[in-house]
Amino acid sequence: MYKYDSYDQAMVDARVEEFRDQARRRLEGKLTEDQFKPLRLMNGLYLQLHAYMLRVAIPYGTLNSEQMTALANIADKYDRGYGHFTTRQNLQYNWIKLEDAADILADLAKVEMHAIQTSGNCIRNISSDHFAGAAHDELVDPRPYAELLRQWSSFHPEFTYLPRKFKICVIAAKKDRAAMRLHDIGIQIVEQDGEIGAAFYVGGGMGRTPMIAPMIRDFVPLDQLITYSEACLRVYNRYGRRDNKYKARIKILVHELGREEYTRQVEEEFAHMLGQGVEPPREELERLKPFFADPVFEDGTKTVDRADPDFALWVDRNTHRHKHDSYVSAVISLKPVAGIPGDATGDQMRVMAKLAKQYSFDELRIMHTQNVVLPHVKIADLHALWTQLDAADLGAPNMDTIEDMIACPGLDYCALANARSIPLAQRISEKFDTSGKTEKLGELKLKISGCINACGHHHAGHIGILGVDKKGKENYQLSLGGSEAEDVSLAKITGPGFDEDGVIEAVEKVTDVYLDKREGEERFLDTYRRIGMAPFKEALYD
Amino acid sequence: MTDRNDLGTSPDEVQFRFRDDEVVDHGTVTVDACCDQTNATAVRIEPGDDARLLLPFLDRLALVEVNFPSFGDGRGYSAARILREAGYTGELRAVGDVLIDQLSHMRRCGFDAFAPDAPLDEADAERAFATWDNVYQSTVDGRRTIQELRHE
Amino acid sequence: MKILTGNDLKSGAVIWWDGENWSSHVDCALDVGEQGPEILAREEALRRVNVPYIIEAERTEDGVRPAHIKDRVRAVGPTVRPDLTLDPQNTDALDWVI
Repeated sequence: MYKYDSYDQAMVDARVEEFRDQARRRLEGKLTEDQFKPLRLMNGLYLQLHAYMLRVAIPYGTLNSEQMTALANIADKYDRGYGHFTTRQNLQYNWIKLEDAADILADLAKVEMHAIQTSGNCIRNISSDHFAGAAHDELVDPRPYAELLRQWSSFHPEFTYLPRKFKICVIAAKKDRAAMRLHDIGIQIVEQDGEIGAAFYVGGGMGRTPMIAPMIRDFVPLDQLITYSEACLRVYNRYGRRDNKYKARIKILVHELGREEYTRQVEEEFAHMLGQGVEPPREELERLKPFFADPVFEDGTKTVDRADPDFALWVDRNTHRHKHDSYVSAVISLKPVAGIPGDATGDQMRVMAKLAKQYSFDELRIMHTQNVVLPHVKIADLHALWTQLDAADLGAPNMDTIEDMIACPGLDYCALANARSIPLAQRISEKFDTSGKTEKLGELKLKISGCINACGHHHAGHIGILGVDKKGKENYQLSLGGSEAEDVSLAKITGPGFDEDGVIEAVEKVTDVYLDKREGEERFLDTYRRIGMAPFKEALYD
Repeated sequence: MTDRNDLGTSPDEVQFRFRDDEVVDHGTVTVDACCDQTNATAVRIEPGDDARLLLPFLDRLALVEVNFPSFGDGRGYSAARILREAGYTGELRAVGDVLIDQLSHMRRCGFDAFAPDAPLDEADAERAFATWDNVYQSTVDGRRTIQELRHE
Repeated sequence: MKILTGNDLKSGAVIWWDGENWSSHVDCALDVGEQGPEILAREEALRRVNVPYIIEAERTEDGVRPAHIKDRVRAVGPTVRPDLTLDPQNTDALDWVI
């Protein structure tokens, strides 16, 4: 894992003091709310329905036990004993006081953490594959590149007042576990003629106008990674729309200019920038790589004792193949039946921290599906791990099932939401768990957003639910056929919306159509792609 | 920092200036006018203007003002950097809705004079200019980056 | 009736204008008639409230009920965490929200 040096530490410390000063000026009336808002947002501080909300960055989703413990302690000391893991691998607290915010940032800085640029119209936290450095199928570990980008994007003087927020994702496997093409820039580390480089996908995103990012360059040499990113950003900063907030994301610019013209402008800017010395020295990348080197893996048992069916089910569902055959990556589900997706109490965070230390080389990951990963667990330790997880209500065996849904905070917490997301998630998981259907359905990605901003990734759900406001009442639109993975696609709306009971019934109906029509090993998504929308519509509306 | 009372009759009152040369005290023209008019030495860039149109005339320009009608519109940061990258050495002045918390970034993008619509608190501004002891990005301000310092 | 709400600048807590002060209980909210904009401007300038706004509400036998679902959620708390409402002992607190 990356360790700060004195420079990195000084940067986050300076940021804490900068924010402390900004908060002081706000409280003294030297800053109006309009002036303060972008400043607090760039430190992750929102004003939500019930209080301020603080979003803490977990760069590329990687953290250690000490950091997880610090997050737990902040939850207990400054919040109401829990936090919420987000689809961008971050953590947010729901009950924060403005007068405490700088102290919280100072507590974070003590463990090399921060809330820098977790909101605002700037480059956000860099996201990545949650199995980075552990997966059997990756080309290299993408995190050194993500760290290089983290430093470059932190306090970037030219790109702090972009037209709109800007999200970058880096992966290094063909399998996309991070929704790479639904980012403003998706970077895929690739190999070409024995050389490692980066493919750039630009202009993806969800929100009210979902787009899949087109590739604009299939290979950027690694010693030009930052320069190329800078060129992409400069074209956007200069020409992204600022007349309409809803058309300000880079996806609209790329769409309106067309991929070719946007690419031409980027290449022109890139050619200019190559002469400007913006790229960090090559040695910096070489300095970063050893931080992410493999721990010392030991050979051991390669099979599990399946005598306990509950344990066997959890192993089947919640573990992922590791690059070393005596290890797996273990997924800790934050989706207990009828629970709040992504929420964890301070005590649960401490349990996860302890288990990471005990069983996973002191490392944890946050998934965009709002779960936690212990990346390197010995197969021999799995039963002991599972037993302790289960005791802490962290052992739900449901990864990638309908119960493992993504849900945004929705109208229960969020000032932008039109409808609640969490109660739907709770009722659906309970219903499918009780009926035993979860098992039959296999991989089924359900994603629920409480408004058109799509924080719950509904466009990318095999089944998506979007909450809308219909004459003051919550109403839900159903969509089918989305995917955030390497087979990326955008879901299509089935038809008229439903009330809360209606949409839960509708989810049941579309899963019944799937069970009826599926062939062989087809997933819900495969069946939908084969048979199209018509049979589902028929079941829903006729 | 030069005393703000000594800055002459420029239409925008310059509050902070990091140059020793004489202040340009005559009015600016638009980018379009500057391109048409061979003798203009001071120009004002609005957010939608293409700063690169000025590149052929940089030698004769002594002052470029970059207007920030609203502090949230960040196009002026790119405009400033582009001019400096092209070798412009005259005064680069941020004018308009220039606030405390933008000063350090503006400075890094090449601005060396600041004429905020509303005068800024001197102590707060002093602190803001000095926010970062070190920096992660290579820009046009000539500062060695953290990455460079690590590998010296 | 028209009532005023916003969040406390320092704590972020949801607050309602009771005629003299800001209360965390929606039932204390006072009908401000046409005085809303004037009170808001003054209170915001005093930094006693952040991002305040005027909403429609109704006074019922049970208390003040904001018209919009969002403000009803704000008045009570997250519907999925009854333990975090203003009065966790009152199990009916969320009944009127949705």
